[in-house]
Amino acid sequence: MATQTQGTPPLSASPDEGVRRRDFIYVATGAFAGVGAAAVAWPLINQMNPSADVLALSSIEVDLSSIQPGQAIKTIWRSKPVFVRNLTDAEQAEANKVDIASLRDPQSLADRTLEGNRNWMITLAVCTHLGCIPLGAAEGEVRGDYGGYFCPCHGSHYDTAARIRKGPAPSNLEVPDYAFKSPTLVEIG
Amino acid sequence: MSFSWANQYQPQNPFMQWVDSRLPLPRLVYNAVGAGYPVPRNINYMYNFGVLAGVALMVQIITGIVLAMHFSAHIDTAFDSVEHIMRDVNSGWMLRYMHMNGASFFFIVVYFHIFRGLYYGSYKAPREVVWMLGVVIFLLMMATAFMGYVLPWGQMSFWGAQVITSLFSAIPLVGEAIRTWLVGGFAPDNATLTRFFSLHYVLPFVILGVVILKIWALHIPGSTNPTGVDVQGPQDTLPFHPYFTAKDFFTLCLYLLIFAAIVFFAPNFLGHPDNYIPANNLSTPALIVPEWYFWPFYAILRAFTVDFLFVPAKLWGVIAMFASILLLFFLPWLDSSRVKSTAYRPMYRIWFWVLVVDVIILAWVGGAPAAEPYVRISQLASAYYFAHFLILLPLLSMIEKPLPMPNSIAESVLAKVQKKGGNTAGLTAPVAPGAVAAPAE
Amino acid sequence: MVRLFGLGAGLVFVIALLWGAVQPREAVVPDPVKAIHLHPEQVKFSHDGAMGVFGTFDRAQLQRGYQVYKEVCSACHGLERVAFRNLQDIGFSAEEVRALARAKEVPSIDPRTGEPSTRPALPADRIPGPFINEVQARAANNNALPPDLSLIVKARHDGQNYVYSLLTGYDRPVPAGHDVPPGLNFNPYFHSVNIAMARPLQDDQITYADGTKATTDQMARDVTTFLRWAAEPELEKRRQIGVASVIFLTILSFLAFLTYRKVWANIPH
Repeated sequence: MATQTQGTPPLSASPDEGVRRRDFIYVATGAFAGVGAAAVAWPLINQMNPSADVLALSSIEVDLSSIQPGQAIKTIWRSKPVFVRNLTDAEQAEANKVDIASLRDPQSLADRTLEGNRNWMITLAVCTHLGCIPLGAAEGEVRGDYGGYFCPCHGSHYDTAARIRKGPAPSNLEVPDYAFKSPTLVEIG
Repeated sequence: MSFSWANQYQPQNPFMQWVDSRLPLPRLVYNAVGAGYPVPRNINYMYNFGVLAGVALMVQIITGIVLAMHFSAHIDTAFDSVEHIMRDVNSGWMLRYMHMNGASFFFIVVYFHIFRGLYYGSYKAPREVVWMLGVVIFLLMMATAFMGYVLPWGQMSFWGAQVITSLFSAIPLVGEAIRTWLVGGFAPDNATLTRFFSLHYVLPFVILGVVILKIWALHIPGSTNPTGVDVQGPQDTLPFHPYFTAKDFFTLCLYLLIFAAIVFFAPNFLGHPDNYIPANNLSTPALIVPEWYFWPFYAILRAFTVDFLFVPAKLWGVIAMFASILLLFFLPWLDSSRVKSTAYRPMYRIWFWVLVVDVIILAWVGGAPAAEPYVRISQLASAYYFAHFLILLPLLSMIEKPLPMPNSIAESVLAKVQKKGGNTAGLTAPVAPGAVAAPAE
Repeated sequence: MVRLFGLGAGLVFVIALLWGAVQPREAVVPDPVKAIHLHPEQVKFSHDGAMGVFGTFDRAQLQRGYQVYKEVCSACHGLERVAFRNLQDIGFSAEEVRALARAKEVPSIDPRTGEPSTRPALPADRIPGPFINEVQARAANNNALPPDLSLIVKARHDGQNYVYSLLTGYDRPVPAGHDVPPGLNFNPYFHSVNIAMARPLQDDQITYADGTKATTDQMARDVTTFLRWAAEPELEKRRQIGVASVIFLTILSFLAFLTYRKVWANIPH
């Protein structure tokens, strides 16, 4: 012990036992501190998730009474534009005529609308290619080669059932969850 | 660094060797807060507040960055956005209460740290720069805290900004122009809020930079210690890691325990209710008080009630308030005593504790209304404050006869341990030159 | 040099301060209001259990408190930071919240004409106040402004006790020599003891849905509890996390202490 340098704890009588007990305390302290750090990290991460007031607006009601057949409106749901389109009988017929197997994203009009309200085509107005807003909802806008929507960014054409027919978009315009609360009132989300 | 017996970084792990030979960051950490930094073995718990202050700064920076993601720096929306944080943001109330109370805790820790420095002569040669950088940090903290308090745009925010920026108008000739420039208008308004937000965000990083400089400067001479005797050799020190990391971690846990108790059970105890009223420039609160950590200085500001030597009272207050902090820069030269530790200064020891009580009294009257008897108490307490640093301390250090001091840290520790009948291994041993301390892994 | 300069500056400061300290003071005129003004009565609330820091809200009491707010306070006071959806926290179902919201109109814009109009409120809307702005509020209240109540408990010293004391502090005998200005009411708990608000709560003024007897004291307790929730909706969660944190940190401190002792075992210091 005479030549011991500073900072070295003298060995205890039975080194093995000392090491084991010491290790247990170190491991327990380290594990506890780790759990604590994780518990602190969570609120710091979770604060970036949508806040309660944002979540409260995750569903909206849309009044359909003023949308005539053949017309469409754009509304906002979860900060994204939504197309609500009242299909004419001709447009529905045209959508049903298409051979489903030939589509890039095979879906029938019946898959994309609700029973009893086949004329209401409700989709997100977000092109599935890179997120631009397609044209075709407002009066006089280009509706593309298939009479539905046309995305000006990279030239995707959607048909009357808002299915991708031509252009780079990989899939049909997304249909959000919605339900009719009355014949003229729909709740989206 | 400047200790010949400090452990050298010798990584065993090949990956660490690879990194260290290309970017010696592991070496830097090892020498700064690892086994490569020898620390006097006899330092007591009062020396733990430095690390705690560093933790408090990091808590403020982290919670602050997160809060800034939700805060809206506009007078029409600032108060609402803070309430949005409190009510709607996930865990927002917790983050804001941590930030709000974190500021108070930062100051508590720093006040302990400052008084520890005063007691153990940490400002004396060769640590003058360490001390002065500390005063710079203190000034930056005060500016940051003041601007942060303005951000919620409550009644105290607004009127606090009004009062504090009005201080500058006391400066002769250019005062009014400076004040107008500071607030960007004729009264605190949106321009004030946005610039305060900008500065409140950036200043903590400036503080962090100064903290790094301060730690750098500290590592040249190392810490003082309760005996005030310089470190002479390896028998006087222990490696920072694991000895002081373990000790600091323990006090950190205690600190967090008290912090959690306040944040979760009394989060508004240190705040003022008026700041939950949105700012209204047509109605002044009954009593405008700054946050508690400014009270001693606020007391000095208000203590000057009469014009003196052709200088108006208001200007005296402003000068004295700034002087009360700036005089700390000159402390290393005001106190000429070579004895660092107050434990060996029988006369100064008494006056040190008088100063502690004096500052507490100043804090008490600083938070009280400007009426008797508070005004007269604040005048006497302020007079003592200046007399202590500018008159008593310089004179005492000339006439005082210090108590006999131990010859070395090891000797003092030895005497203490022998009195208790403990183990003295490592202290009595003759130390071979260049002996290297092996850390207890 | 520094010491000489310091000595000079120190003497100037000290003399200036002492000169101020020896100045004669003007005789202080005692403020008569101070002698009448009372500090809030200390009340024990059901949600402030042990040491006043533990405990949870009684949901039935919160709903009674909301009823008092809705039927009495809301005639003059807003609650603008509370949304209808928040009422689910005090025990209303989603459907009840919808109904409560629908019963109120909030400002809107007519989609056809663009004219300002109103629509039934949604759960996501904040509870609309009785006045559209401060001018209207003052005009309707003899130039007094009824404060918004969403933060009132946090925005007053000793908030809970203050609100309760204020609500129950009416119809006390006016001390001799104190004149209550016309249009104001005497209430010793108000800072100026003359308050514009008339006594808002009378015994049996409302009928509680759960059959509780609506005494002034009961209503004051209930609405104060509700306002505490409105100001601190996170209170229960905060206490819950607080207990967990304190227990956790106590154990961690103990372990850290053992680690510290272990590392320092046999190290003289």
